Amino acid sequence: MYDGILAETTTISGHGGELIEAYFARPLGPGPFGSVVVIHHLPGYDAATKEIARHFATLGFVALMPNLYSRDAPGALPDDAAALVRAQGGVPDDRLVGDVAGAAAYLRSLPNTNGKIGVIGYCSGGRQSFLAATSLKLDAAVDCYGAFIVGAVPEGMPLKAGPIVDRTPLLSCPLLGLFGLEDKYPSPEHVLELQQALEAAGKTYEFNSYPDTGHGFFASDRPSYRPAAATEGWKRIEDFFTRYLGD
Amino acid sequence: MCTYITKTLAASGSAKGQPDWFNVTDVSVYFDHPVHAQAGHTVNIDLRNPMLGPSARVAAELTADSARALAHAILEILDEAPAGLT
Repeated sequence: MYDGILAETTTISGHGGELIEAYFARPLGPGPFGSVVVIHHLPGYDAATKEIARHFATLGFVALMPNLYSRDAPGALPDDAAALVRAQGGVPDDRLVGDVAGAAAYLRSLPNTNGKIGVIGYCSGGRQSFLAATSLKLDAAVDCYGAFIVGAVPEGMPLKAGPIVDRTPLLSCPLLGLFGLEDKYPSPEHVLELQQALEAAGKTYEFNSYPDTGHGFFASDRPSYRPAAATEGWKRIEDFFTRYLGD
Repeated sequence: MCTYITKTLAASGSAKGQPDWFNVTDVSVYFDHPVHAQAGHTVNIDLRNPMLGPSARVAAELTADSARALAHAILEILDEAPAGLT
């Protein structure tokens, strides 16, 4: 546990070499540290997700969260930017992958990192974490209740992103999945289908599904928060990243 | 879940935002996680003018029951308005 951390906004090269904003939190010390790319949820580059990045720094990881809405609404408040991006239909998959690739390259270039990169996302970011880990060479990936990795998007939902379970053979790293048994997207059936795809592809994975828990159980500022699942989930994440991102 | 359930429509009118009133050109209505309301999902309404930037927005997050009641009230008000004014 690192009490001393440094967190600030920086600028990185994202998809297509475009400069985008990113929140950068790291432990004070010489390292070398493992690194984590944090993918923010649909509500945006907000205070709650910045807190997650800072928590990773206290756990001894260098964390970087690209602002996926940098291009769409530069300088806007996170909720205003999220509203604009929603009206536009969300973030395109290829741009997401490019932004995560840019964040990973930034982290690898730092003198106090060990070159190992993990990715984590929550909610819509859970699917995007899986997408990144099946598109880029990474060392560990965490999917926290990501919807639409499996399962068709319901009719009338203007989601640009479709199911991506067919990308499972491309997964480049171990996957940790954390889910709620009361969730509908992803439902336990969706989680089982993803698990079967991982088995069929011979991938390394660890899944945990919590009882009496629905979607968004890590979000401590929302009614969906489930302290027992969130506390246990954080331990799983720390253990997983320590194993795969440590020296 | 992030539902992404969204409807957008062109609109004409005004809304009072920060720092002042602005002309409304677009409305987004969606059912998803709120930013502020203490509920898992709410009906979220954004009155917007994208030409003025992302901050030209008046936002409301209403529980499903509240949103239905508001929708009914709007329709009832329009039905009760004198003929020829609407």
